[in-house]
Parts: sequence; structure tokens; C-alpha cells
Amino acid sequence: MNIKLKIWRQQSAAAKGKFVEYQLNDVPAEASFLEMLDILNEQLVLKGEDPVTFDHDCREGICGACGLYINGHPHGRFKNTTTCQLHMRKFKDGDTITVEPWRSEVFPIIKDLMVDRSALDKLIQAGGYISVHTGGVPDANAIPINKHDADLAMDAAACIGCGACVAACKNGSAMLFVGAKVSQFALLPQGQVEWADRVQKMVARMDELGFGSCSNTYACQAECPKGISVTNIARMNRQFLAAKIVEPLEK
Amino acid sequence: MELNSKIPAGPLSEKWTKYKAEQKLVNPANKRKLDIIVIGTGLAGASAAASFGEMGFNVKVFCIQDSPRRAHSIAAQGGINAAKNYPNDGDSIQRLFNDTIKGGDYRAREANVYRLAEVSNNIIDQCVAQGVPFARDYSGLLANRSFGGAQVSRTFYAKGQTGQQLLLGAYGALSKEIEKGTVKMYARREMMDLVVVDGRARGVIVRNLVTGELERYSAHAVVVASGGYGRVFFLSTNAMSSNGSAAWQCYKKGACMANPCFTQIHPTCIPVHGDYQSKLTLMSESLRNDGRIWVPKDAEKARLLREGKIKATDIPEEERDYYLERRYPSFGNLVPRDVASRAAKERCDAGYGVNNTGRAVYLDFKEAIQRLGRQAVEEKYGNLFEMYERIVDENPYVTPMMIYPAVHYTMGGLWVDYELQTTVKGLFAAGEANFSDHGANRLGASALMQGLSDGYFVLPYTMQNYLADQINVPHISTDLPQFEEAENAVRQKITRILSINGDTTVDMIHRRLGHIMWEKVGMSRTEQSLKEAIEEIKELRAEFWQKVKVPNVEGMNTELEKALRVADFLEMGELIARDALMRNESCGGHFRAEYQTPDGEAKRDDEHYAFVAAYEFQGVDNEPILHKEDLKFENVELKQRNYK
Amino acid sequence: MGKKGLSSITKKLIMAITGAGLVFFMLFHGAMNVVSIFSEDAYRWICEFLGANWYAIVGTIGLAVLVALHLIYAFILSYQNYKARGRQRYAVNERPEGVSWASKNMLAIGAFILFGLCFHLYDFWSKMQLAEIKGNAPVDGIDQIKFIFSNNYLSIMYLLWLFAIWFHLSHGIASVMQSIGWSNHVWQRRIEFLGKFFAFIIVAMFLSVVIYYWLIV
Repeated sequence: MNIKLKIWRQQSAAAKGKFVEYQLNDVPAEASFLEMLDILNEQLVLKGEDPVTFDHDCREGICGACGLYINGHPHGRFKNTTTCQLHMRKFKDGDTITVEPWRSEVFPIIKDLMVDRSALDKLIQAGGYISVHTGGVPDANAIPINKHDADLAMDAAACIGCGACVAACKNGSAMLFVGAKVSQFALLPQGQVEWADRVQKMVARMDELGFGSCSNTYACQAECPKGISVTNIARMNRQFLAAKIVEPLEK
Repeated sequence: MELNSKIPAGPLSEKWTKYKAEQKLVNPANKRKLDIIVIGTGLAGASAAASFGEMGFNVKVFCIQDSPRRAHSIAAQGGINAAKNYPNDGDSIQRLFNDTIKGGDYRAREANVYRLAEVSNNIIDQCVAQGVPFARDYSGLLANRSFGGAQVSRTFYAKGQTGQQLLLGAYGALSKEIEKGTVKMYARREMMDLVVVDGRARGVIVRNLVTGELERYSAHAVVVASGGYGRVFFLSTNAMSSNGSAAWQCYKKGACMANPCFTQIHPTCIPVHGDYQSKLTLMSESLRNDGRIWVPKDAEKARLLREGKIKATDIPEEERDYYLERRYPSFGNLVPRDVASRAAKERCDAGYGVNNTGRAVYLDFKEAIQRLGRQAVEEKYGNLFEMYERIVDENPYVTPMMIYPAVHYTMGGLWVDYELQTTVKGLFAAGEANFSDHGANRLGASALMQGLSDGYFVLPYTMQNYLADQINVPHISTDLPQFEEAENAVRQKITRILSINGDTTVDMIHRRLGHIMWEKVGMSRTEQSLKEAIEEIKELRAEFWQKVKVPNVEGMNTELEKALRVADFLEMGELIARDALMRNESCGGHFRAEYQTPDGEAKRDDEHYAFVAAYEFQGVDNEPILHKEDLKFENVELKQRNYK
Repeated sequence: MGKKGLSSITKKLIMAITGAGLVFFMLFHGAMNVVSIFSEDAYRWICEFLGANWYAIVGTIGLAVLVALHLIYAFILSYQNYKARGRQRYAVNERPEGVSWASKNMLAIGAFILFGLCFHLYDFWSKMQLAEIKGNAPVDGIDQIKFIFSNNYLSIMYLLWLFAIWFHLSHGIASVMQSIGWSNHVWQRRIEFLGKFFAFIIVAMFLSVVIYYWLIV
């Protein structure tokens, strides 16, 4: 198939970017979207041009590295699909495909389609864990956990940290990302010890980093490649408000 | 050079306890004065770094991705083994030890493997305490499943995303230490060289992938947990940035590389579909618990299938050859990975392969769906089925899946002693980067176990033992001439690559290397093919240094990153072939066609080859020196593996 | 960085609670209006009850505070969200399946509602309670309704206004439940349904009065 690509090119964070058009012919329909970009890059390198820079790694939808805004959707318009799992057979011959980087004030562009998502790491650092140290923990079966809760915790924990929720949100909010992590631990007995601190610290960090707030459009849920539910946000709201009342964090 | 594995004396089951009781410690005040560098943030790296941080050391951690959470451990699907015996099916530390030694075809060190089995239980406790959402029964207790190479159910899992959940657990622990300030995280940095000062590893040169600048970091000890080198085969299940370069630089600086030819070919991958393909996708081996592997009994039917004239569902039950069940009645579809992979290749080579390439066999869930119901199958494997359908565009609930083996894991790696220390003092290797625990073949769900065992429960002890006499060494200066020298060498190498400006891309050369490796150093090797491979790799390497074209751009330069890694793969490939040529036997993942039993099974030669082959670097164009560490088996009887 | 003051979730809580307060008011207001269809006398009694009495004035002030808070925080949040989105916007943007138009345009719809509210306050409140507070005689409620809705242009304006309110509430009510954290995986769909149902009830009550006096009487 033949396609036309409109790709955002930007040399560095400080440089001014623009769209550049490329015509790509004989793209195999079985190729993945990233393999299609590999083909383009190979041609660019041979022509002596700078290839398109984009993040990618595992190419099986789990590492969360890839993330392109394709034709108006993060990871393309298909449900539960990461960019690396998107195949060219989903496009038509002659299509024009617009590829943009994640756009958010907290995700500055590094080069072309690659953005800096270290803010997501900083969110986790604020408290997205259970503070046990290595060793000295009880036997794994000492705490039975209701299967239903364990399953819900797993659903929340499935987040791959790609940032599509932030990219999709008109407010650049990370509520789904934080909500999922807060929920995972809120649902497990191990998480109860630090529940009030965790949710308050993570929300405070989110505000500090400059993420927007939630306006419940649920675009994050619709675009999340792992189908993480916005009910995790409701759970975080509930925990946060409860924490502010019963165990407020001293400033 | 003398290889000293430093295995503690005494009975096998007491060695680790004894070591821990007798090792030297560093007191809390002194820990603050000591720096440790960790390369890699996968299960081994992240867990080690977090544990060091908790203990009070100053830790510097490096990863090439944008976040430590993206290390390729994240892609492990199936599960993690532990000898908990929760299902009450007769498991024990001893049995996990036996299975791992046997699964590794008796080419692993007994003491290391026993320790691995011993700490396996602590890992599960640790991960549960961290909030890893393992699968549970309705009782609320942990669920287990069985896995290839074992007759008990000892595998803990979190849907099909066990690696992800364990890594996120370790990443959480790491994040906690970063927040506390004990660990400093350096993302998007690639280790370019190891700095050795007076015989001890004292630092690294890294390339900042964003700015392109070279940076120097120093420490009292360095841990390399940078994963395996499977991408030497170009197509593999490894991530695009997985590479062997960090370990390879250590090799060039004096650390021995052990058993490089032991690479694992995983039996259940989605078959290759085209030349432009960048990687292969693995589907968890757990699929073999319920899926049945077959090809048509009739080669004519196989031909029609390849030509697309009939469909898999058109083949009636009696015309299907469930070859694993036929050949290995007691283990059936659950034979170890190497056996399953070779059996698939054997069928395809004999003309029974399917898919348009003839390089695939069926993995059928029809019987499981009938027995358990579609919903139960969906619950267990839903995400894997989805993944398959997305890539192949066929519904595996209706038509059987197609699978074919692909390079997945490298058992070989940096040689380490019982303390996980390499032959360079102060340089440690953990996880897939070392060679220690899996022998010639790794069992399913054991990689996660080993990575976390090394990081949480082994290195925190052995590192102290090493650092105990380093407490008076002040922070190492990065202005030492050794740093200067190492940095200049890296800079020269980069300048040289950028100045070639030939007419071939890095990927083109990498693909050709992969082709040589897969065809001649792959699942089945011969003396002839290996000799050819060595020559061809040398030629290709020369071509690389004359013809490669890498854009000369400032700052971020992904082509340069790839070129630097491929330059190393071109050297590694040769060592793999040399090692395979040296080892005149078949064992585990290493199958030499000349050495097989009459019914086509791997034939070991315990008399001559029950040793670890450790290579010492002598220059790129010179043959390395082979050191042999004899393997002594005092607790298991060496038997021909038999899964019949 | 290091923003002081209320957290983003607390600001959302203020939006939710003030919004919920206004929803309750509208339920009451709507029910009151419907009375006019059945009994003009009863409606006149209600108008008198809500005249310049201290409790009605307190209620009015309370409402004004709710509206003001709802407005102020809407603008604060929207401004912060706009900044968080970044200067460079997407060239192509498509609304994903499952995301309602209303949810993405609450501020615009809200602004339109505010615009309508000014007219509405002028048409009725200024001539009734406000007039009474000023010491003038208030107009008769029923007469005023008949007067306003005898005008085609004004009636159509009111229809548009109610339509906007419906949009705002169709997202707003469920959104309140989400913001205060009362939603979960079982109740989420029910809440969305109930939100739309209440939005319909409220708007239907107002609508029936407009239609009744405009087209029937």
C-alpha cells in the first residue's frame, strides 16, 4: 500500500517544529506502524537525512515506551491498542496519516516524536509503592485477599505508564495514571497502612508538576491502551477526600 | 587467570546459610561512604539498587530507556517459580533445585542453583508485601499453575503480565529510594565502557542519549544487570534496545564471558511474516498447559495448508499429529523449551510445517475450550489471544494458533563466582547478564526468579562482603587518567563510526548478521556451519567498518546508538560461534547435529564437557583464551534428560 | 511549581458541591413552576412566600454564593487546565468513542447558561423579589409568565437556554458523583443513567411551563 505521512519534526526541545510530509510506497499491510516508520527511516538514512526519532522498545504493547498521536488519537483510534500493536492493515491505500508527539506542558519534546515523560516517574516517587524494605516480610499466604479485590487491583495495576491518558486529556491531567496506582494499593490490605499519606502525596505531586485537573470527560479511559477504568479516579477522589478529613497530612 | 568459584564448603543445603553467617559486613555509618553503580533497571538491577539504597549505600542507577519501568523484564508473561508447595503437590526446595539442574541439562553450578531454589520463597513473600497483585483463588490465597519442565504447579502469576507486575514492584521499591535520595537515577544513559583502576572496577563512561555527551561516573563497585544478548540474532523476542554492549565492554576490560553459545530458543512465538519485521512476539509458554501442539500427519495436507487451499479446521482429529504427546507421553506438551523448539523444527524440516512459509506448527485450544468452557480459557489466556489476533488477524478461539520457535533468552553471560562477582574485582553481574543459574537451558518462569533472587537476596549480602575492606577508600575521582583514557577511546570509536558514511544502514547489516546466526548458529549447529559462520561474521564486521552509514547529527542520534550496539554484536556473534564449535556435545539449548541420540535427542558428553567455558578477551581479531571451570555434581546424578 | 492553596481535587469538590446545590435548587424551582400549570392561585401563594422574607432572602444569597463559587472555580480550573495542555496544540483531534460532546464543552455551555441566566433574572427576579426588596410592588407571577412566553422570540430563547441546561446537567450530575468519589465499577453506568434521567426531569418541568404558556394558553 502507498501512504502519505505528515510527521512532526522538531530538532530539539528549544527548536521550532513543523510538519514534514513523506510519501511512502509499497508498505506491507502486515507491518506494524512502527515497522512502517522503520522503513521510512531506512530510506531517510540512505538519503543522508536525519531519521524520525520516536520512543519504542518492547514492540509488544507492554513496556509503554511507544506513543504517537496518530490521526487525532493517542496510539491511533483503535481500542486497547498501543502504537506498536497497530498494524498497517488498519489503514487504507492512499491514506494520509498525521503523526504528532504527545502534547502536554509536562511532557516537553526531546526530538521529533519523542517526549520527556519523567513527570510520570516523579508521580510514582511521591508514594506509588508500599514502603516495605527487602526481607523481613510475612509469608505470602499470611494475608488472604478477596479474589474480587485482587482482580480489580490487577486491572488497575495493568497501567503501562505510556502517558496516553495525559495526551488524550484536554486538561493534560494525570488523574487516570495516579488513580490507577492509588487504587491498586487501596484495594489490597498491604496498601492500607499508608493509604492516607499515599493519596495525599501523590495528588500534591501531581498538582506541583503542573498536570491539569480532571473534568470527567473520560477521554483517558477511552484512549487507554490497557482499558483502565475511570472508576479508579472515583476511588482516588473518595480516598483523597476521606484522607483530608480523617488523616490530613501536615504541610 | 584462575577461575575461583568461591563455593562455600559444607553440605549443599547449608552453604548459603553458612556464607551469610560468615560473610563480612559494613556498618551503617560506613555504608554512607560507599558508592555503588548499577547498570540496568530490570528485575535484577532495580531490586539490587533498591536494596542497596535501603541498606544505606549511595547508589547510582542507569538505564537506556526514558524510565526505569520500561526494562525488558516487563515483557515476561507467564510467571515466577517458587518452591512454596502451596498446592500440596509434593514440591520442595530440593525438587525445584533438581528440576532446574536437570532442565539446564547439568551445565549449571549446583551451589548457585540450590541457593536460587532456597530464596525463591522469599521472593514471593517480598513481592506480595510490595502489593504485586498475584492471581488468587476464591479462598483468597495465591493461585499456582504448572509450567514447562516441571511436574508440580509452582508458578505464581499475575494474569499474563507477571514480569510487568514484578518489575513494577521493584520499580516501586526503587522509586521509594529515589525519593529518599539514597538512589540517584540516570535515565536515557547508555554504558559505553567500564573503568578499571588498579585491577578493580571503579566506574563507567556513559553516553547521555539526549545530549550525546559522554559522562563519567565513579563508584566503589559496579553491578552490571543489563540483560542478555539475544538480539545478536536480529530477530528475537527481546526489546529493540536490548543489547549486550554493557556486558561486552566488561568482557573487553577483563571479565570472562561464560557459555556464550547457550541461547534459548522459545517454542511459542508468533511466526515470522516478512523481511521488514523488526522483532518477534512471544506468547507465554503457559499456553502449552492447555493448548495442544500438532501438525498434519500427511505431508500433502501440510502442503495444501501452506498454499492456503484448506484450513486447519478442515483437518479431522485422526489426521493430526500431536507430535509432542506422541514422542514424550509423560510430559507431553510441557516438555522443556529446547525440546519443544527442536521438535517443531524437526517437523517443519521434514515438510509438515504450516503457514505460507512452512515455518509454523499449530497450537490448538479446541479441546481446552470444550473441557473448560470458553470463559475459563478467556480468563486464563484472554490477553494472549487478543495479542495473537491483533498481529495475525485470526481468531484463536476458532482457528488454531500458529507458533514457531524464536530466540528468547541467553543463558550464557559474564562469568561470576558464587558471590556474583566477575573476574574483575568489584564488578558484579546479575540477572540475565550473568551465566550462573540456568546451565544450558532455562526453565520457564525461572528468569524472573533468578533476576529477583540476585537483586533482592544475593547481591545485598555478597556486596557487603566485597565492600567491607573498601571502607577506607574515599570517593573515587573521575579525573583519574583511567577515566580520561576510557572516555577518549569511546569518543574515538564514535568519531570513527560517524566518519565512515558508507551506503548501508545499521539495520541492513544487523539483519544479515541475524541471518547468519539463525541459519548457522541457531537451533541446530554443525562443525561445518559454525566454521562458516565465524568467517562470514568476520567479513561482515569488516564490511560494517567500511560501509555503514550513520547520520552525523548532534544530540539525540538513534542510528548511532544502534550502530554502537551492532558493532558489539558483530564481535559477540563470533564468540558464540566459537564456543558452540568448541563444545562437541549437545546439551540444552546447544544442539550440535553431530551429537544426537538415535531418536534425535541431545546427547551430552559429561566426561569431556561438564565444565563452564569462560573466555578471556585477547583483542578483537585474536582468539580468546578458554578457561574451564569444572562442574562437580555431588547431589544429583547425571542422567540423560528424559521427558518421555 | 509548589502551588499553594487548594488541591486540584478539592477544587473539583467545590465544583461538584456547588453544582449539586444548584441541581437541588432547580428541582425545587422546576416543581414550583409546574404548579402554575395546575393552579394559578397556588403559584401566586408560592411567589408571595418567596418574596422579601428573611428566609427567602437568605436562600437567594445562598444561591448567589453557589453560582459565584461555581463560576469562579470553573474559570480557575479551566485556566489551569488550559495551561497544563501546553502551548502547542494537536493539529488533528478527534473525539473518541464514549466521550460525550457535553463533557468536553462544559465551560462553553456554562457560559451560555450564564448569559441566559442574566436575561432570566431580569425578566422575573428583578421584577419580583428584587422589586419587593427595593420596596416596590412586585409583578404578578402568572401575569409575568404569560407576558414573557407570549413573545415568540423570548420563548425560543428560553427553549435554547433549557437545551443548554440539559446538556450541562446530562454530564454534570454524573460528574458530581465521580468527583466526590461515589462512583464505582458497578454504579458507574447506573449513575450515568440517573444523571441523564434527573437532567431530563428538571428540564422537562421547565419546558412544560414554557410550552404550556407559549403554545397552549
